[in-house]
Formats: sequence, structure tokens, C-alpha cells
Amino acid sequence: MAKPPPPHPMPAHPAPPHPAPLAPSLVSRVVVAVMSLLLVGGILVALAAFTYGRIAARQTYDRLLMGAANDIAESIDVVDGAPLADLPVSAFALLALAPRDRIAYALRGPDGTLLTGHDVALPPQALRRQASGQAVFFDAMLNGERARFVTLPRRFAERDYSGTVTVTVGQTIAARNAMALGLTRDALIAATLAGLVLMAIAYVVIRSALHPLREIADGLLARDPYDLTPMATNVPSEVAVMIVAMNRFMTRLDRQFNAMRNLISDTAHQLRTPVAAIRAQAELAVQDGDEAQRKIALERLVARTRSLGNLLDQMLSRAMVIHRTDSAPPEAIDLRMIALEVIESRDHELLAPGVEVGLVIGPDEVIVMGDEISLGEAAKNMLSNALRHGQAPVRIGVTARADHAELWVEDAGPGPQGDLLARMGRRFERSAASRGRSAGLGLSIVRSVAEAFGGQMALGRGERGFRVSLILPAVSGEAN
Amino acid sequence: MIKVITLAVAFLVAAPVHAQEASGDYGHGPLHMVLRSTTDMAIMRPAMQAFVRANPDLTLRYEQWGSNALTAKTQAECQSGTASADAVFSSAVHQLVELVNSACAQSYRSDLTAGLPASRNWRDELWGLTHEAAVIAYNRAMVGVDDAPHTRFALLDLMRRGDPAYRGKIATYDIEASGLGYLFAFADSQEATTFGSLLEGFARSDAVATCCSAEILQGVADGQYLIAYNVLGSYVPDGLDSRIGVIMPEDYTLFLSRAFMIPKGAPRPRFAARLLDFLLSAEGQRILTENGLIVQRDSDQNSLPESAERPIRIEPSLLVARDQHQQARFIAQWRQTFSEAP
Repeated sequence: MAKPPPPHPMPAHPAPPHPAPLAPSLVSRVVVAVMSLLLVGGILVALAAFTYGRIAARQTYDRLLMGAANDIAESIDVVDGAPLADLPVSAFALLALAPRDRIAYALRGPDGTLLTGHDVALPPQALRRQASGQAVFFDAMLNGERARFVTLPRRFAERDYSGTVTVTVGQTIAARNAMALGLTRDALIAATLAGLVLMAIAYVVIRSALHPLREIADGLLARDPYDLTPMATNVPSEVAVMIVAMNRFMTRLDRQFNAMRNLISDTAHQLRTPVAAIRAQAELAVQDGDEAQRKIALERLVARTRSLGNLLDQMLSRAMVIHRTDSAPPEAIDLRMIALEVIESRDHELLAPGVEVGLVIGPDEVIVMGDEISLGEAAKNMLSNALRHGQAPVRIGVTARADHAELWVEDAGPGPQGDLLARMGRRFERSAASRGRSAGLGLSIVRSVAEAFGGQMALGRGERGFRVSLILPAVSGEAN
Repeated sequence: MIKVITLAVAFLVAAPVHAQEASGDYGHGPLHMVLRSTTDMAIMRPAMQAFVRANPDLTLRYEQWGSNALTAKTQAECQSGTASADAVFSSAVHQLVELVNSACAQSYRSDLTAGLPASRNWRDELWGLTHEAAVIAYNRAMVGVDDAPHTRFALLDLMRRGDPAYRGKIATYDIEASGLGYLFAFADSQEATTFGSLLEGFARSDAVATCCSAEILQGVADGQYLIAYNVLGSYVPDGLDSRIGVIMPEDYTLFLSRAFMIPKGAPRPRFAARLLDFLLSAEGQRILTENGLIVQRDSDQNSLPESAERPIRIEPSLLVARDQHQQARFIAQWRQTFSEAP
């Protein structure tokens, strides 16, 4: 068939009304997923950044505090037997790096008396730990504001003064909080920007990933309604799965479509002649005044009618076989059962009364993959073919070979000759010998069934005469 | 919980505290407010009059205090929680820094205060409103042009010369009596090593330490002193311009920015904020300039290089000036120099 025309722009194909509410689009699903990822991530980043910011701010400003305290401790001299501080402006310049924070400091003698500065009380644990000679940081209030303090000792061992002077320096924490918040804000801004970029990338990726779907849809919309040829599969592998499935579906559709068309045209073509003949015979019978002539005409009419019935049976049987081979999944079948059922149905007694039909089967199962009904139809047709055209006695049998199984029907005759043999199995090939009693469909049904299940039909001489075989690939007994 | 009890009045204020020196009311409005200031009433009068003209609903009581007394009073009121002044305006900036550090001020923010440079605004609680130079003043008639010292080095040389004409005729602030004097001396000591030499020179020339700017400048005009070191140029009285020469030292010149503060618990802080915004407004700044409280370097004949301009920044470093040990050391050194001063 012709290649589908290039896709039309969308307006050429008005969108059909949506039959059912659509599931959420992939884009919106991914957007929701990314958004929730970002939300959770953002909260985590904010918490982490705030924690990190607080730690960073604490470390930074603790170092300033420590530096200032060290500066002050260094500035203490013993003058006239008493410690005297020469407060360095640099220490306060360090503290002034937190420009809006209040400052408190205290220098205390060994007995805890305030030497200079503000009367900053030390919490007990700071006093205890300070006794070990280490610098101690602690949090406390300063004039009603939260503040951070450090206290550290300076030891003197002079001739006129001996003991430990403690230096305590404290500062309110506005700058620390501002720094922590600033770091948090910066981290959040970065995370937000990253999130936006991520969203944009996700959007583009999804759009491009879904682009083949749009192309496929356009291609389908633009297709001729009778075009059931496979679609091109040069698409991403994820989408190819769908294309392959769809192509398989279309092939099946195409086959059934063709079968149906054949059936209809065959039916029309095949029925026309017998129906016309029946009408002619019937008219003859009506017009003929002679009783003997009328009887002959009626007998012919009966024969014609039976023949038409056979034809209809076979056509329907074939249509059914073709339909089933496409729609019913093959299953494991014992071919012996098929042969047995054909004998037991005793249809052949109607067709050829008095003809003996032999059954040749072994004791072991002969398993093939197939459809029971189709195989039964094939066997029935093979048998009736032999009864009609062959010579008695007729035998039906099943033979298991190494790699295939065979359902065969054999008669005692020599079989058809020459070019007739070559044409057998085609549709509506009737030999002169069939004498109008056959539709010529029997062996074509056998062939269709054989081919549907991966086998073939064979014609040839058997042990005692002409043999028609349906050969199918064997399935080992264990697989059953 | 820690209580920081800021030390009451520093012990250098052992000298008798003469509290309020003068006061006056401006305006006739129904609403009253109190401004405590260390600035001479005469100098602030035009600004106060303009303020009450712009705010006719207000009556402003202007109280003039000595800087140490003003700080002590404000501090005491802060601790007792009974502020009686709505605004404090002092030249002893380091003392106000300490008050702010002790949480004795309240914050206020407006476009005008936000426009101040960082060196003139601490915590939005203390604002520097003026720009005044600490100058060397001399008596034009009695000090020769060659003798007028344009740098501290020139002043040092003059004092080392041992010229009897200058003996006992050089005056400077008494840092024990004046907070501003102490601040200038402290800033000098931070600024350059010349400070030690200056003290030595003061001792050698029997310099006089006294109080305060206006009195010292009057003495220079009268010929009682020939040279005055580290006095506020803004205090040169109008009528005495011709008799007093004013020099901004070219090695460096200290610039003071008087600080304005609204005490915590002030009864009428909104009026104080109005006063602050008025003084920072274009009109307020113009009036302060006209009265010598804002000195533009360019407008001065001295052509002081910018690098020589050393503003005293309003920042926590000034707490060092208020440290007890620091003051003890400093005043001991000072007293040693002026031990035999009259």
C-alpha cells in the first residue's frame, strides 16, 4: 500500500471528543514529583543551612571574642604590686566587627573582686571549668539581651604579685544571628535557583522524550483508514515496545480483514452458481407436468441443496479456523484425541454410509501446540476428502516422529494425478472427479491450520495408498 | 542571668559636680520636652529657636550641663528607671557610647538617621550631629606669625624653646574636669606618639589645664593665655574673631561629632525624635553650620589635607576610654605633668 501522506497540521484533524477522563499527564506527574523533591530538599537544605550557619557564625564570632579576650589578657601588667590593664583599642576594634552588638568585659583578681570593667557574673560551671586553666565559652544575658561570653585566665608569678587574673569578654549576638540568617538565605536562594533549573531541564527532557508519541499520533491520524501496514520503528526503545505491539495488532487486523473480505467475495462468488442452479431445478420441478421428470428434478434439487450445505459448512469452517488461529492462543494438544474425536463423531457415516474407517494410533501421547477446534476441523476435512474422492478402506492415524508429529488420512486409491496434485490445497480447486459435490475448500482448510501452527500439509503415497498429512512440530512430553 | 551593673560615675568625677549650669525655655507650645546638652546655650540658641518655630506645639526646655555631670545624671536615671530628660546631647561621646552599651538608650530610625555614615551612628541609638575641629587657638596680637604653630611638632618646638614669654601662657583642657578634654587627650594618645612629648612640653612650659573651651578661648582673647591646645573651634565667640587665630593642626586634626541620644524611659521620646530629625534636616544642618558646629574642611583657609582629618568615630572602641584602669593610668600620667599647675 502507499506510504501514508505527510502528517497534516493538527486543525485538519479535529480532535475527537475524549471518551473518558484522562489520567494525569506525564509532564504534570514529573512536575509534581520534582516539586515534592524540591520541597523536601528545600526543607532539608534550609535546616542544614541554618544549622551550618549557626555553627559557622558561632565559630567565627567566638574566635573574635577569644581574640579580644586574649588581647586584653596580654595587656595586663603588674604595676606597684597590682594588676593593671592597658586595654588595647584593637581588642574592641575586633569586637566592633559585630557593629551593632553591645560589649561587656570584666577583669577579676584571684579572689573574684572586680578589677576593672563591668560586673559580669560567671555561671558556676564556667567558674569550675575555668579553675582548670582553660578558656570557657558560655551563654548568658547581657542587659536583657542574649549574649555570648568567654572567660580565660592569665596567671602571674611576679615578686610582688602572684595569682590568676580572669578576663571575661561578652557580646550580644545580633551579628551572629544576622550571619546565620544570611548564610541560610544564601543557601536557600541557591537551592531555589537550582530547583528552577532542574524544573526547566525536566520539562525540556520530558517534552523531547514524549515527542515520538506525538509523532506517532500524528502519523496515525494522517493514515488512510485502510492502511494497516506496519509503522516505522525507528523510535526510542521504550516507545518501540508500543509500536511493535501495535504493528502486531495491525497485522492481525489486516489478516482478519482480508479473511473476511475473502469470505465475503468467496461466498458471493461461490453461492451464486449453486443458488441459480437450485432455482432452475426448482422451476423445472414446478413446471414439469410429468411425475417421473418432476421426481428426477426434485432429486437433483436435493443433491444441489446438500452440496450447497457442504459448501456453506466448509466456508464457515474455514472462516472459523482462520479466526481461531489468529485469536485463540495455541495450547498443548494430544493429536490422538483429535483423531479419536473425529471417529467418534461419526460424521463420516452420514457422508459415506457403510465405509469402514480405521484408526491407527499408538499408546503414547503425541503432543503439539495448536487449537483443538481448528485441528478437529482439519481432521474432519481430511477424512471427508478421503471418503469423497478416495477408495475404501480409509484409515486415520497419528504418527510421532523425531521432531514432528503427523496426523494423516489414507485411502486405498492411487490419489490424484499430475497437475491436479500440484493444485490441491488451493481454494476452490475442484477436480472433475468431485462431480460438483465438493466446494474445494477441504484441503485449503488443512493447509491453513498447518501453517497457522508452524507446520505444513503433505500429499503423497502412504503405506497402503494416497495419504494426506498434517505435519506439526512436536513438543516433548515433559513440556506438557 | 547576669546583671551588668555599669559602674556609676567614674572616679575622675571626684571633683565637685556642678550639675546644671544654665537653662532656658524655647517656644510657647502646650507640650513640653527637655533637652540636656553640654553645648553652650548661646551657640545652640538659633537651632532651638528654629526648632520650636517649626514645631509650634512644643516648648523646649534647654538645660546646659557639664559633660561628666550630665553622664552621671543620665546613668543614675537609667539605673533607677526614671528618665527625666527626653534627649541628651553631649560632646563627651565616649560617655554616651558607654551609656548605649549599658542599654540606657532607645533606638529610633528614620530616613535621616539612616543617611548618617557608620562612624556617626551606633545601633540607631546614638547619632553624631556635628562636625567640629579640635584646634590650636592663639592670640593674634601677642603671638608672632612665625610662632603660630601649624602642627603639633611646631607647638612642641615652641614649648621646648623655653621662651619665658610662653611660660604659664599655654592652656589646654583639664581632662579630669572635662569629659571632652579627656576624650581629646585619649584620642591624641591613640593617634600619635607625639602625645607623650606634648605632655612633657606642657610640663616644661608650665602649661595650664583648665576648663572649658569657652573660658579658655576668652582667656586667649584677653591675653591671659597666648596659645590654647585642643579647644573646640566652634566656641570662638563672634566678637573675638579678630583677636583669636585658629589653626587646624596639619599633622592631624581631631574632629568631634557631638552625640545625640534618647534615654531609655524618656517620657516623650517622639518629641526627641522630632528634634533629632530637625537637627539632621537640611535646615538644622545649615543652622548648625552657621553657628560653627559643622566645619567643612574646604571652607577653611587652612586647607587641611583630607588625610589629616581624624574624626572620632562613634563606636564601641570608645569604651576603652571609659575603662577604669585606662583612666587611672591616663590620669596618673596627666597629674604627673600638671602636678605643679596653678
